[in-house]
Amino acid sequence: MTATQERPNRTRLASGPGLLLVWLYGVMVVGAVSRSAYQIATEFDRAPLAYTLSALAGLVYGFITYTLVRGGEKARRAALVCCAAELVGVLTVGTWTLVEPSAFPDATVWSDYGMGYLFIPVLLPLTAVYWLRRSRAQEPAT
Amino acid sequence: MLDVLTVVTAVAALLLAAWCGWAAYRDQPTKDWHFIGMAVVTLLALVQLVVGIVQLARGEKPGQGTTIFVAYLLGSAACVPAAGFLSLGERTRWGSVTVAASGVVLAVLEVRLFDIWGG
Repeated sequence: MTATQERPNRTRLASGPGLLLVWLYGVMVVGAVSRSAYQIATEFDRAPLAYTLSALAGLVYGFITYTLVRGGEKARRAALVCCAAELVGVLTVGTWTLVEPSAFPDATVWSDYGMGYLFIPVLLPLTAVYWLRRSRAQEPAT
Repeated sequence: MLDVLTVVTAVAALLLAAWCGWAAYRDQPTKDWHFIGMAVVTLLALVQLVVGIVQLARGEKPGQGTTIFVAYLLGSAACVPAAGFLSLGERTRWGSVTVAASGVVLAVLEVRLFDIWGG
C-alpha cells in the first residue's frame, strides 16, 4: 500500500469503501480457493464441474483483489471487466444450479446465487462495479 | 467440542461488529479501545484454535473432516486481526466498517465450526 501512496497520480482503489471491498474479496479468495483446493485434492470425481467452477471463482476473486490493491486506471478497467465476468458467472451458475441440480452433486461457491455465502457473491460485484465507476468519475478532479 | 467457547466467541464477534458499526455510523475511525476489543476477540479465537488442536490430538474427530476443521480454525483466528491491520491504514469510518464486517464474518465462521464439529 505504501507503493500506491508514493505515486499520487495512480488512482487509489483500496481506500474508503474500496477497503471494505478488498476485505470482502480477500475473504472470498480464501473461501473459494481453499475450498476448491481441498475438494479437488480429495474428492474431485464426485462433482468435477462444481469444484472446477469454484476454483475458477477463486481465481477471479484473486485477480480482482490484486487489481484493487494495486490501483491505477489500467487496474481499475481490468477490475471492472472481471467484476462483470464475475456477475455473469454468478448469475449463470446460480440459474444453472436451480434449473439442473443433477449436474451439481455438490455445491459450488456460486450455487443458488451464493446463498451459502450470505449472497455475498452476487452483492459483491454489483457494489464493486458501482465503486469502480465512481472512482473514474472522481479522477479528473485529482 | 467447545460449545461454550464457540458461542462466547461468536457473541463477542457480533458485539465487536456492532461497536465498530456504531463508530462507523458516527463517522469515526477505529481507536485504541476498538483495538483492545479486537485483541479480546482474537484471543478467544486463538484459545479456540489451541483447544481444537488439543482435542484433535486426543483423538476426537470432527464430523466433517479434520482438514476442514483446522482450516476454519485458522481462518477464524486470522479473520479479525487481518481487518484490524487494514483499518490501521484507513483512518476513516471505512476502517471501522471493515472491522465490523470481519466481526460478522467471524460469527458466521463460528456457526460453520459448530456444524463441522457436529457433522
